[in-house]
Amino acid sequence: MIRISMDLELKDVPGQLVSVLRPISEKGGNIVSVVHHRDKKTPTGAIPVQITFEIEEKKVKEVLKELEAHGIRIVRAGEDRLRETTSVILVGHVVHTDIRDTIDAIDKTGFAEVIDLSLKMPGVEKPSAAFMTISATSEEGLRKALQILREISERKNLLLIEPVRWL
Amino acid sequence: MKLRFTIVGFGSVGQGVAEVLERKKDELEKMGFDFEVVGIADSSSSFIDENGVNLVEAIKRKRETGTVGKEEITAIEMIKEIPHDIMIEVTPTNVESGEPGLSHILTAFENGRHVVTSNKGPLALHFRKLVSLAKEKGLHFRYEACVGGAMPVINLTKELLAGNEIKGIVGIFNGTCNYILTRMASEQLPYEHVLSEAQELGIAEMDPSYDVEGIDTALKLTILANTIFDLNISFKDVNRKGITEINPEALILAQEHGYTIKLVGYVLKNGDKIDIGVSPMLVPLGHPLSVGGTLNAAAIYTDLASEITITGKGAGSLETASAILSDLISIARSLRVEK
Repeated sequence: MIRISMDLELKDVPGQLVSVLRPISEKGGNIVSVVHHRDKKTPTGAIPVQITFEIEEKKVKEVLKELEAHGIRIVRAGEDRLRETTSVILVGHVVHTDIRDTIDAIDKTGFAEVIDLSLKMPGVEKPSAAFMTISATSEEGLRKALQILREISERKNLLLIEPVRWL
Repeated sequence: MKLRFTIVGFGSVGQGVAEVLERKKDELEKMGFDFEVVGIADSSSSFIDENGVNLVEAIKRKRETGTVGKEEITAIEMIKEIPHDIMIEVTPTNVESGEPGLSHILTAFENGRHVVTSNKGPLALHFRKLVSLAKEKGLHFRYEACVGGAMPVINLTKELLAGNEIKGIVGIFNGTCNYILTRMASEQLPYEHVLSEAQELGIAEMDPSYDVEGIDTALKLTILANTIFDLNISFKDVNRKGITEINPEALILAQEHGYTIKLVGYVLKNGDKIDIGVSPMLVPLGHPLSVGGTLNAAAIYTDLASEITITGKGAGSLETASAILSDLISIARSLRVEK
């Protein structure tokens, strides 16, 4: 299963939303969210709608084809790959212990990526601090990414400050 | 029924207990609790009066002369020989051997005394041994003051939340670390600077390692974990990272992203295994655990009551005495029922 999110423009006439949802549901898709922007009509009078659903990967093309066949305008459709996000702080010689390598170790997993990094470096010889945001395709992926970071911090002698654990 | 207490250890906590017992005497009598302290021992002396020690004078004598009495009798002899019901053990924590507190408590149990303590060492090293011995002898053993000072975390979890399954506790259990991190964040000052400031204010010890390296938090977590999950771990089994490496830059970055850094202790049930550790962690600003200054906080996760967070002063002589007093009253109530 993958998660798809789409931006559509629907005509302001009855039955339009149903004509979008039916093909998704008929192909075994599970609707996660529908946001109907009635207040943000386009200049042509169409209503922007955002739909997110989960579906088997091989069914995606069929759904898109069907929607187009119904004359529905698809502004954007794409896989929502990175769903879970968390942030950590690293303290120590973050840059001099090869920050590129630290980031690569996460990025090359295929299921997690470093999506944001802010650095503060008080002085050449002094320990610096980095705020790092990581996204992953699932909670499981995020846990694995954190485990990788724990091992790297241990090896590079960095202090890893994780988000407080929730149950 | 008149209950007779002894106080073993007469430093700041012991004096706090004496002060509180004196201050609350009338109220306690109105509640039907009649008691007297029949002996006080410190590390080098003792004072015995089987008709009741004058607590005001005992505190005065200790403050003026440095010792509580002139009697030759040691704490151990007092526990053995002077008839009393409850021994209040408030000597300083020793994380290596648990002594002298460990021997005091064991002697008390062997001689049929109930025990109330604030001493973390014996409990964090020999939990099962002490709890089993108390049970075997049919004696009460309470230690609320060991964890979180005035914050009633043990009794809240064991008694008021009875019937709930406790899934875990996450909290801030060391006021010294919390003070240092709060000041570093608000003033953007380096660790060493804030540490000296805390030492001058008497918030940190001259040797701060016990607090800043997370040992104190680990001791409290060990006691909590053993109590709540019926384990027998030693504090040496707890993964521990302290706050000494945290720099102002890390705190600034945290703040810019809506977080603060706290020294967090956690004990969580994860299937069949227990996750337990002490580490600096990111806490979202505005979260119940993001308390400032020397405050402590604990979030208790349960199956029925969901999440309950308490916060309060984690140290201080009267705050610790508050926890000891509540333990004394609990024992007195139980004894009344048992009778």
